[in-house]
Amino acid sequence: MSLIDLANPTRFLSLTAKILPWLAGATAVLLAIGLYQSAMAPDDYQQGATVKIMFIHVPNAWLSMFVWGVMSLSALGTLVWRHPLADVAAKTAAPIGAAFTFLALVTGSLWGRPMWGTYWEWDARLTSVLILFLMYLGLMALWRAVEDPSRAARAAAVLTLVGAINIPIIKFSVDWWNTLHQPASVLRMGGSTLDKAFLIPLLVMAVAFSLLFITLHLAAMRNEILRRRVRSLQMLQASKPQG
Amino acid sequence: MSLGPYASFIVTSYLFVAAVVAILIGWITFDYRRQKARLRDLEASGVTRRSGRGVTDIP
Repeated sequence: MSLIDLANPTRFLSLTAKILPWLAGATAVLLAIGLYQSAMAPDDYQQGATVKIMFIHVPNAWLSMFVWGVMSLSALGTLVWRHPLADVAAKTAAPIGAAFTFLALVTGSLWGRPMWGTYWEWDARLTSVLILFLMYLGLMALWRAVEDPSRAARAAAVLTLVGAINIPIIKFSVDWWNTLHQPASVLRMGGSTLDKAFLIPLLVMAVAFSLLFITLHLAAMRNEILRRRVRSLQMLQASKPQG
Repeated sequence: MSLGPYASFIVTSYLFVAAVVAILIGWITFDYRRQKARLRDLEASGVTRRSGRGVTDIP
C-alpha cells in the first residue's frame, strides 16, 4: 500500500481500524516490560534511585522533537505534494507533541531538583525546550483561530517549517553552550556512555513511547477525518432548501 | 526496591506521566465517540454522502 492509496480517507479509516488494536496491544506489552525493567534497574553510583526518572524523561524529550519532525514532514506534504491527509496528520500530532514536551519539562524539573538543587534554570537546553512547548501551543491556537481548514493548514505548515529550526538548536544546545543540562549520552558520536543496565530499559521505554505516539496519532487522525466528514455533511444539510 | 531519600520526586514523575497519558487516551476515545454520535444524528436527520454510502459507514 502506497502513500497515494492512503490519500483516500475511507481507505485510511479502514487501515487504522485493522491496525489500531494491534498497535495498542504492542504498546501496552512494551510499556509493561519497560516499566518492569526500569523498576529493576540498579541505582546509579552518583544519582542513586533518581536515575529511574531518566526512563520516562528521555523518551518524552526525544518524542517532543520527533513529533515536530513528523509535523515538518506533514507540512511539506501540505505545501509541496498537497496530500489530503498531510494537514490532518500535522494538526492531530500537535496536541500529542505538546503533551510529550510538557512531560519532558515536568519530569526534567522533578529530576533537576534533587540533582541540581533547582527545579528550573534558564540554560540553553531547558529554555529551547520551553520555546518548543510554546510553539506547539501557538500552532494549536492557530488551527483553532482560522475557520477554513485549508487556509489554517497552509499557515500552520509555514509556521511548522520555520519552527523546525529549533530542533537542531535543542539537540546541540548542550554542545554549543555551557549548560547545566548534561551532554548527550545515548545518541552521540562514539556511542552511548550508558551502562547496559540503564541503556536497555531506556531503549525499551523509548520504543514503547514511540508506539504510544503512533497509536494515539493514528486514532486522533481517524477522529479528525470523522470531524471533517461531520462538518461537510452539516454544510450539505444547511445548503439544502428547507421545506 | 528502595527509592531512597528522593522517592517522592520519582513517584511524582511516574504518576504525572501516567496521568497525562491517561488524559490523552481518554480525550481521544471520547472524541471518537462524540464524532460517531454526531454522524449518527446526521444520518437520522436524512443526510446522505455524495458517494451514496451511509454517513456512519465507518470501517
